[in-house]
Order: sequence, then structure tokens, then C-alpha cells
Amino acid sequence: MRILILALTLLLHLSPAHAGKTLDQVRQRAQLVCGVSTGVIGFSSADSQGRWNGLDVDVCRAIAAAVLNDPNKVKYVPLNAQQRFTALQSGEVDLLSRNTTWTLTRDASLGLQFTAITYYDGQGFLVPKKLKVTSAKQLKNAEICVQSGTTTEKNLSDWFKTQGIKIKPVVFEKFEASIKAFFSGRCQAYTTDASALAFIRSKEAPKPDDYVVLPELISKEPLGPVVRRGDDEWFAIVKWVIFALIEAEEYGITQANLEQMKASPDPGIQRLLGSAEDTGKLLGLERDWAARAVKAVGNYGEMFQRNVGSASPLKLPRGVNALWNKGGLMYAPPVR
Amino acid sequence: MNQLVATRAWLRRNLFSDLFSGMATLLLLAAAVYWLPGLIDWMLLQAVFKADAGACQAVNHAGACWGVVAEKYRFILFGRYPHAEQWRPLLATALLLLVIVASGLRLSSRRSLLAAWALALPAFFMLTGGGSFGLTPVGSDQWGGLPLTLLLATMGMLMAFPLAIAVALGRQSRLPLLRGLCTLYVELVRGVPLISVLFLASFLFPIVLPQGVSIDVLLRVQAGIVLFAAAYLSETIRGGLQSIPAGQHDAAAALGLGRWQAMRWIILPQALRAVIPSMMNSAVSVFKDTSLVTVVSLYELTGSLSLALAGDAEWRSFHLEGYLFIGLIYWTGCYAMSRFSRGFESRVDAGGTAI
Repeated sequence: MRILILALTLLLHLSPAHAGKTLDQVRQRAQLVCGVSTGVIGFSSADSQGRWNGLDVDVCRAIAAAVLNDPNKVKYVPLNAQQRFTALQSGEVDLLSRNTTWTLTRDASLGLQFTAITYYDGQGFLVPKKLKVTSAKQLKNAEICVQSGTTTEKNLSDWFKTQGIKIKPVVFEKFEASIKAFFSGRCQAYTTDASALAFIRSKEAPKPDDYVVLPELISKEPLGPVVRRGDDEWFAIVKWVIFALIEAEEYGITQANLEQMKASPDPGIQRLLGSAEDTGKLLGLERDWAARAVKAVGNYGEMFQRNVGSASPLKLPRGVNALWNKGGLMYAPPVR
Repeated sequence: MNQLVATRAWLRRNLFSDLFSGMATLLLLAAAVYWLPGLIDWMLLQAVFKADAGACQAVNHAGACWGVVAEKYRFILFGRYPHAEQWRPLLATALLLLVIVASGLRLSSRRSLLAAWALALPAFFMLTGGGSFGLTPVGSDQWGGLPLTLLLATMGMLMAFPLAIAVALGRQSRLPLLRGLCTLYVELVRGVPLISVLFLASFLFPIVLPQGVSIDVLLRVQAGIVLFAAAYLSETIRGGLQSIPAGQHDAAAALGLGRWQAMRWIILPQALRAVIPSMMNSAVSVFKDTSLVTVVSLYELTGSLSLALAGDAEWRSFHLEGYLFIGLIYWTGCYAMSRFSRGFESRVDAGGTAI
């Protein structure tokens, strides 16, 4: 017994007191602790070797590159929808990068702060063709499968309430359970973020042609990383690393041409890559913070194509996630 | 000829002894004829055994895709533990299993088994946790899969057992305060689901603790499991204690044994012997309850499986096969436990072993 207790006390360790400065903690342990999902294709998922990848994971990698000069110094903590905010509040993670929708309640009442938007999503519906439904408004009295603990659940009841239509939500905690239930006929419709619907139809449906994604999007789902409130320095770093990735796309800086671009005469590029003035100093980072981030994951457009766009299994179009000057919503304040 | 007669006699005796048993035999036979071909077809004939997602998708669930296990077994068995270092938890688990099996079968004297436990547990932590002998440290929040399941269940039972005996005795104590406290503990812990105990242990604890002090997440969760298991186990043991007739106490006193001596040599051995099946029940449920630790981001066997599959576009739709695989692991563990318990009972009944 004594030895058992001894073994357990080995696990109990005391860490030095910290003043709540996330940047210092990250530097001290030389590792970024990033809260991600338990598996959302394209955003954060682990492969057979346990390596993480996805759009949200690339955000973690970019920040680790900017802060620690090594995109691999990240520990990923998989969190489900219910755990995510508690894990961030309690300090288990430095950053929550887990396809989380920015809403007022979450931003104002949880002791958290959303930093920037990395993906503009919306909520849609998947229905069997044999239902002969062409609009979500025809789903009167339908049972609709939905995952719990997400904004999806609330949007669903809100939207149908404003439409004056009665529906019955059938709530599941786990994604795979909700999918299986829908395809086995438990519900007449399935709802989740549009980024996932097309893929669910093509890969999970027994016969994809028997199902159709309805045209309506019933909500705005701006997704982005979240940090704890009250650490402005860290908040600024996360926010500006994302802005830098978007701005890099605007300037045409890619992972491949980064080195040539450093010699560019364009003052904007020089500022961003740190070859002229030192913008890193203002954030408490090194001069080449943005260049490191781009070197690690490419610019925002490259991140998008690799994880959710044409080079990925999801094959999502850029749509509203294109740059502002290409008809989309991706607009970063200037790094200046 | 003789053979045939013998076979017929055996059949009659065992399968068709009366109308009811004959009907049951026929019914089961019919069910087997009805279900088995489809099952064998799905599990073996049409199944894909190679780790080839394309082949699996081509079969489209008409046959099992065991390829998913071939592709993901390391992730399922070891969870988030760093891929290159997975030999360490493998070795640690093998050691621990060896000691558990050796103890279960009593392959050696009690003293050397105790010594083996005293070596195996620290070895488990040293191997898996690293930090010494040139092994890179791996934080316990990264431990996962089967080693974690096994560790939580083994330590849970090992530590819950003495605590449970203490609480069971405490509830029978003549001191009202002690009795009250033990009752309060049991009722409090039994009154909440394990999942909320774990959630509190993992997320509330760090907020309540003074700044700068942090207790390892695994330790917190383990403590939660121990407290939870001990509450149930103590009630089982209390039941055993109450089943001992008062005459036994009197007889022990007449022999000149003190209160504690009587407890140690007369009452407890009989009480525990009476509740071996229920204690094994608790052990089995602790083993399976470990799957709840996913709520606090520790990914044991069940958690690792969903983590391994949820985000993989190619393999995600083959959950069923994955669950069957880990189901087999859980079943093996639970079956081994119930075999052990039966063997243990008969050994104890034979009067061989004092507990």
C-alpha cells in the first residue's frame, strides 16, 4: 500500500505560481496547449499516427510558430462541445481552437473572448429525397436529428419558432450517434453546420443519391479561436497571427515564395515579414513572427485549400470565406 | 454402433430430457440456422481484413471492415500517447497484466506476489511517465487507451478495497460521529453519478485549489474513481458483516480474542467470503466505468476509439467494427474476472485460503 501511495505522490507535482500571463507560461513550458475537437473532419482531427491536422489545428501551429518558433511545439487536448469552455476557463488549455461559434452570450458571459473569425459557416439541413421536401419550411411536425451542446440546437428551435412551424428536435450527444440515427430513419431531417453536411451526404449516407442538402442556411456561424478574458497581451497575439495569415494571402505571400517575398520592395510586405520595421516588438514577439506563421502553415488561402477546400476530402468552395476583395468576408485589419 | 448409442443417450440426456428442454433445443437450433450464416458471411466471408479504406468502402457494409482495426489499432490501444514511444505503455501493460494474471491464478507464493506488485506498479509509472533512465517525460494527460483503462481499474479496486472495509466498519462503529461521517460519505457519493464526480475532480478542483498548486489530472480522476467505488463496495461489505450471526462475536470473545482480533480472524474472513460475487460485480463495473473518464479529456479505450475514428474521413463510417473490437477486449477482461472469482470462491470454500 505504501508503495502505491508513493507512486501516486510521484504524480503530484507543484508548479511555480503564475500571474496569469499566458504568453509567459507558454514560453516557460515551451509548449502551446491547444483545445481542439474530438474529431471534426477538415477542422481538427487526428490521423492513425495520432498527428493532428485541420484548419483549427493550423491556427494552433501558426501561433506556436510565431511564439515559440516551432509549429510542432503544441499539445492538443481534444474537447467535446460541453467541456470546451470549462477547459479554457480552468486553464487546462491556453487557446480554444475548436470550430466554436462566436455569439454575444459566449463572448460576454463566460469569462472568455473570441479573437478573430477563421471560418464563416451557416446551419443547413439534410433530408431524404423521398420526402419530396425542397425547403426547410416544409418540415412541419418533422423530427430533426441534432447534436447537443452546440449553437445548432438553439438555432433550430429559434428558426422554426419564427417561422411558426412546429418541429421535434431529437438530440444526441455524439456526432456518430446522431448520424446513425438519421440514416437509420429515426428522423426526417438532419441539421448541422453546412461545412459538414455535403460530406456527411457523400461519405456517410448508405446511398448518397437518396439524400439532398436543402438550400436554406438558417443561421450565421462565425467560427474562431477563443482565449481567456483578462490577458490582453495573449488576446492580441492570437488575433494578430490570424490577421497576418489573412493579410499574407492578400499580399500573395505563400509558404513557397516566402523567402523571395522577404526581399520585396512593397513596404506592406516588408512590414508584415519583418524585413523593415519591427512589428513583433509591439506584440511581445520576435521580429519575424508573421513570417514564421506563414512558413509553418502557409497563408489563409493555403490553409483553407489544404484542410477544407479543393485539396481536401471536404471540397468546400471558398464562398463567403474568400478575401474581401474577391467577393468574400475575409478582411484583416492592416499589419501596420 | 456402441458409439452411436452413446451419442444418442448423451443427446437425450442433455438436450431432449423433457418436452421443455427439447423445444428449447429446437428453438435455439432454428435461431442458429437463421442467424449464423448471415453473421459468418458478414464477419468472415465478405469481410475486409486489410487496412485498405477503398476496399472497405467498396464492400459498403455488406461485410465487416476489420481493416479499420488493422489501421487504427495503435491509436485505439494507446490513445494520445506519442506514437514513437508506445512501446513503453505496451511493456508497462504487459508487466501489469502478468502480475494480475499471476495473482489471479496464484502462480506463486503470497510473499513473492506482493513483491511483484510492489515492483510492477512503480515500473508502470516509470515506464509510462518517463523522466528517468533517459525516457522522455510524457504527461499523464497524454496517457490513453488500454493502459489507462487497466491502470484506472486496477488502482481503483486496489485502493477502494481497504477504504471500503474501513467505511463498512465505520458504519458499524459505536462512535456516533464516525458512524455519521461514514454514512454521510456513502450516501453523498452514491447520490451522484460518477460522471459528475469526475467532472468536479477535473474542472472544479483546479479552481478551488490555491494558486500555484496543481494536482495531476490522472491523480484527481483516480481519486474520484476510488472514492466512488469504495462507497459501493463498502455497502457490499457491510452486508457481509451483517450476515455474520452474533454467536460468532460471542464465540470469539469466549476464546479471549479482543474486538479487533475477532474482526481480523473471525468476522471479516467470513463476511468477505460471503460477498465475493458482489465484490466481483463492483470490480467489473469499475473496469467498465473507466470509460467515463473521457468527459474530462482522458482518452481510455472507448474514448481513444472515438477519437481515432471521428475525424477520419476514410474510416469514420466503420464505427461498428471498432466497437466490436474493444467490446472483445472488455469482454475478455470481464470474463477473466468472473473466472477468477469462481476459482477463488471454490478455493475459499475448500478452506484453503484465509483472506
